[in-house]
Amino acid sequence: MFLKREDLNHTGSHKINNVLGQALLAQRMGKKRLIAETGAGQHGVATATAAALFGMECCIYMGEEDTRRQALNVARMRLLGAEVVPVSHGSATLKDAINEALRDWVASVDTTHYLLGTAAGPHPFPAMVRYFHEQIGEEAREQILEKAGRLPDAVTACVGGGSNAIGIFHGFLDDAEVELYGNEAGGDGVDTGRHAATITLGRPGVLHGAKTFLMQDTDGQTIESHSISAGLDYPAVGPEHSHLHAIGRVKYEAITDTQAMESFKLLSRTEGIIPAIESSHALAGARELAARWVKDLGPEAAEEKIIVVSLSGRGDKDVATAAEWFDMLPEDSHEEQVGQKGEQL
Amino acid sequence: MNNCERPRIRPSRSGRLGRTHPPKDLTRNPDSKLAARIAQCKAEGRPALVGYLPAGYPTVEESVEAAVALGQNGADIIEIGIPYSDPVMDGTVIQNATTQALANGVRVADAFTVVQAVSERTDAVPVVMTYWNPVLQTGVDEFSRRLRDAGGAGMITPDLIPDEAADWFEASQKYGLDRIFLVAPSTTRERMDMTVKASSGFVYAVSIMGVTGARDQVSSAAEDVVARAREAGAENVCVGLGVSNRGHVEEIGAYADGVIVGTALVRAWARAVPRPSAA
Repeated sequence: MFLKREDLNHTGSHKINNVLGQALLAQRMGKKRLIAETGAGQHGVATATAAALFGMECCIYMGEEDTRRQALNVARMRLLGAEVVPVSHGSATLKDAINEALRDWVASVDTTHYLLGTAAGPHPFPAMVRYFHEQIGEEAREQILEKAGRLPDAVTACVGGGSNAIGIFHGFLDDAEVELYGNEAGGDGVDTGRHAATITLGRPGVLHGAKTFLMQDTDGQTIESHSISAGLDYPAVGPEHSHLHAIGRVKYEAITDTQAMESFKLLSRTEGIIPAIESSHALAGARELAARWVKDLGPEAAEEKIIVVSLSGRGDKDVATAAEWFDMLPEDSHEEQVGQKGEQL
Repeated sequence: MNNCERPRIRPSRSGRLGRTHPPKDLTRNPDSKLAARIAQCKAEGRPALVGYLPAGYPTVEESVEAAVALGQNGADIIEIGIPYSDPVMDGTVIQNATTQALANGVRVADAFTVVQAVSERTDAVPVVMTYWNPVLQTGVDEFSRRLRDAGGAGMITPDLIPDEAADWFEASQKYGLDRIFLVAPSTTRERMDMTVKASSGFVYAVSIMGVTGARDQVSSAAEDVVARAREAGAENVCVGLGVSNRGHVEEIGAYADGVIVGTALVRAWARAVPRPSAA
């Protein structure tokens, strides 16, 4: 198993690739102000970082619930000079933060660029965000050929909106022998109703200007998603992932919170790398796949297989969630029980 | 497998939209109830008054009575809004009302009940205003048929662009419904032409870059949008967003064919509605 180490990027994840690309574009267009949505706070921090670097105004929309749980990321964004606006409408989560950013943008488009953080939303965002992340796949392909002397048998990546996944998949789309796996957030389990497994269980619809798989009721009202990982907690998915699912090029599988947290702990203990909980879904997906190979092909044949895992981000922000999950805090430090989506700092 | 039949793995690199321009044989809707009503208003020397109320706010029954009262007291056209979980075009007043309607259990089908009441009990012409996903999930043909059966005249579609509206072009012609698309101060000449060609009944001119909500002044951009829509061939142009009082209606009425009042009505209705949680 090889890890594509996007966690080593400045600001802690792959997000900075897209942010720098779009911020340069915004500058070129003469825009003075960046706005963005954020769930876990990672994209907001990356956007605030770019705004600080380029001397632009910055406003981050964040679900009110998330601003409480991500207090340290809110502070990071403010330190970087960004304004953080808590969004209390609707379900007060990531999708509502996107709604609010879109409302801002229609009123401010002359001076402002909406720096959307994932490969979803209206055209041209899915194509543009993918373009800025394609280097993940290009690098991974080049590096595995150098390290292993051949292409991998499989690539796994976590999928919320799906930006790191679409980036790494694009390096291997034309290599028919490389199996591609997108790991969605299975939350408490796909049979519980509390998950974000959009492709596994959703059906096509329109949200945020894209036709794609959605979690929705029979009337087309968006259903709230659930995941321990705020970064995967989105009830839609990038439309290109829907396409890759429809043509069968990529297999999308759900990973539960429990599976992801087991992999989170395992990588921390075995490699000394604390991964983001988002990326832990891709690690768990790789472990599932390896277990299937052992069962189907036998341990010796399975031993020969190579999997590249997109380690999209680091887990510093997730330490508090993990401490709660594994009950690692001293008795008297439990100021607040872990919420439905985890206490992510 | 034939190479030509293989599905494309990669979307086109340029990522441009399909640009399905409105079909050449797209009709303007000869039976348009909206065009007939606006012509009647013109003959009376006044702009059409278009009022908006959401279905199911605060309950389906009360929303029926509110819409009927609006129709019996001067509105020429009534937009029945379908509450939606992600109303990106709406400001807080309409969001609060539609969120409460959803919490009270309103369903998409309830909009047809309100439309039917307006159609049967008033002289006003009812249309629905809806985000696209509820229509898509009902089925574009099925939704259109039920709207027609309820006496609805057409549909205002804030998040549907003509580029993606092939199913709606077909269904609207089949059931004699009007297609009301939106144009804004930022609309380019090319898209103005295309959107006006795709529309029937009237074109919805957004007065300002922004979301719904009452404002102190009507943007000066509105008159320019109306003029550009007319240059592109629009017969009827109605102006909405930010219209809050009689002065605004008269100001816009001087250059537009109709004036759309939403938030100001919803706010007035909200004041009259006893609400469990204060806004």
